[in-house]
Amino acid sequence: MSAQREGATQGEAMDHSSGGSIGEIPYRPVFVGALKEELEALLGRYPTKMAALLPALWIIQRERGWVSEEAMVEIGQQLELTPAYVKGVVTFYTMYHQHPVGRHFIQVCTTSPCGACGAEKVVEALLAQTGCVDLGATSPDGRYTVVEVECLGACGFATPIMVNDDFIESVTPEKVPQILTQFK
Amino acid sequence: MGYPHKSHPKETPILSKYFGEPQARTLDGWKERGGYRALQQALGMTPADIVNVLKESGLRGRGGAGFPTGTKWSFMKPGDGKAHYLCVNADESEPGTFKDREIMRWTPHALLEGTAIGAYSIGAEVAYIYIRGEFTEPLRVMEAAVKEAYAAGILGSNAMGSGHRIDIHVHRGAGAYICGEETAMMNSLEGRRGNPRIKPPFPAVAGLFGQPTTINNVETLAAVPHVLNNGAAWYKAMSLSNPKSTGSKLFSVCGNVTRPGNYEVVLGFPFKDFLYDLCGGPLPGRKFKAVIPGGSSVPIQTMEEAESTLMDYEGFVAKGSMLGSGGVIIFDDSQCMVKHIARLARFYAHESCAQCTQCREGTAWTTKILERIEAGGGTMQDFETLLEIADNMTGKTICVLSDSCAAPVVSGIQKFKHEFEAHITGKRCPFRATAAA
Ligand SMILES: Cc1cc2nc3c(=O)[nH]c(=O)nc-3n(C[C@H](O)[C@H](O)[C@H](O)COP(=O)(O)O)c2cc1C
Ligand code: SF4
Ligand code: FES
Repeated sequence: MSAQREGATQGEAMDHSSGGSIGEIPYRPVFVGALKEELEALLGRYPTKMAALLPALWIIQRERGWVSEEAMVEIGQQLELTPAYVKGVVTFYTMYHQHPVGRHFIQVCTTSPCGACGAEKVVEALLAQTGCVDLGATSPDGRYTVVEVECLGACGFATPIMVNDDFIESVTPEKVPQILTQFK
Repeated sequence: MGYPHKSHPKETPILSKYFGEPQARTLDGWKERGGYRALQQALGMTPADIVNVLKESGLRGRGGAGFPTGTKWSFMKPGDGKAHYLCVNADESEPGTFKDREIMRWTPHALLEGTAIGAYSIGAEVAYIYIRGEFTEPLRVMEAAVKEAYAAGILGSNAMGSGHRIDIHVHRGAGAYICGEETAMMNSLEGRRGNPRIKPPFPAVAGLFGQPTTINNVETLAAVPHVLNNGAAWYKAMSLSNPKSTGSKLFSVCGNVTRPGNYEVVLGFPFKDFLYDLCGGPLPGRKFKAVIPGGSSVPIQTMEEAESTLMDYEGFVAKGSMLGSGGVIIFDDSQCMVKHIARLARFYAHESCAQCTQCREGTAWTTKILERIEAGGGTMQDFETLLEIADNMTGKTICVLSDSCAAPVVSGIQKFKHEFEAHITGKRCPFRATAAA
């Protein structure tokens, strides 16, 4: 076990220095060391390698904040999938970011049930107080991105928002400033 | 219980009894509350006997379609030499629905126990709980519960010492309503785009990884241990209306109402009492106008229809709608129906997987026309166009997402035509005008 870990760490060091680079900045692979072990453990849960794709993409996003084309190539190699295939899957699901996003990614539910309870006003307050000019735009200080999202499955607690992985219920325009202070 | 409110005396809290009690989340706490007795009992029965108990109980699927659970399980043939799978549908993305979330947040072991019983009954060694990606808290709670259950030997190669293997894995979705459709979920679990598959073959023949598969909703599985613990006769006796609708059901209530939340009642409960007594009626100074009783995919009811409805599978159909997922969405007299129907159409347009022309084009055009009417640019000709598109979208596609978009549009035009007409003749939204004045 520890020997394996050591080997993996060496691999990581090598990948840093040598190749694997696309474009100007050398690409640093995700699945080395402990993360490679995490991937191996995932593979044990499914009869095919392909089935580990969604969980593996989650690991990439957790580690890097988004899923780059290079990362798609890397996970494709790990799971024996073509880069085009991986991209096809990534683009199907709305939660994988294909571009870097603001440090705090804020999603506001505006589907009808929340809409009936004033979600639009919550959106307005969030845009105004983060300085984001529009939905989907990142604030000038790079801290926030605000997007609309479809039903978050908490309609009785209108309006729910997600800030990164934090789920916040019953948000009103009045509560927005206080919430934002928790996400600097 | 009416989480986050205290239980109302007219509720029958079975699934929701421990909502709000953090202790119930832990394995020890769950066992103190009678947990895992049903699984122990099940592992000493034959799968066929368990299936019979479920058939006898009358339990029907709580995910939307209401298919009898025992019958669904009986399609699986344990011992046929193939790998079998159980998929647990925790994608809960139907607007208005938020009951599975509370089951997972508060009683994760109830779901694990029901899932383990289900897996054993259909001859599956592996079950996947597919949880929508946004449910970060339920994901954490479920993962912790799975860990505890493995450590205690409840799950694994020798589940509760029975000699049977039962593995349960939590699988996180990534933001796609369509993955709640059963065959889309299977594709998603396999690492593919979440496109629904053409049926047949049905999942019980060739489902996940091409193997016989059963898919059940969270609430359905969470009810199973109660059926085994108390017996089919007990469950079957819980009905206020007719023998085809038995047991208790969680209803999620949202929109313009005094006490939104989850309420658990015996099927057949009068909808009027539900709306006014349990949920507290309209907000001060307001009147209820319309209800979508079973998640956004079912037809809209007028208040006259709603107030004479009995809350069961047949009762909602008799009054122009469906029980669906049990997500009750309420609109009061301050709300513009055209605006909300347009927004729902936009939801379906956004969530369409775009495989079928009728759905891809139909959801998009329906949204455009409705948004134009809402903005004051509608014509009387639009009714015919909308209904024609809706007709093309109904019963003609791979899955029923397309039909689901048509349902609120057609019922909305039927029941609230005067609001559409007011937008068209007044060339603006009458509700906006009131708000501004
Ligand atoms: C577009 C679409 C979305 C669905 N979403 C869900 C969902 O989020 N949760 C769910 O349990 N069932 C959902 N269903 C129903 C499932 O396909 C399936 O019928 C159900 O999970 C079966 O479980 P049950 O028999 O226990 O009800 C959806 C169906 C469609 C067509
Ligand atoms: S009906 Fe719509 S969502 Fe369903 S398969 Fe066809 S295009 Fe996809
Ligand atoms: S509509 Fe907003 S959480 Fe469901």
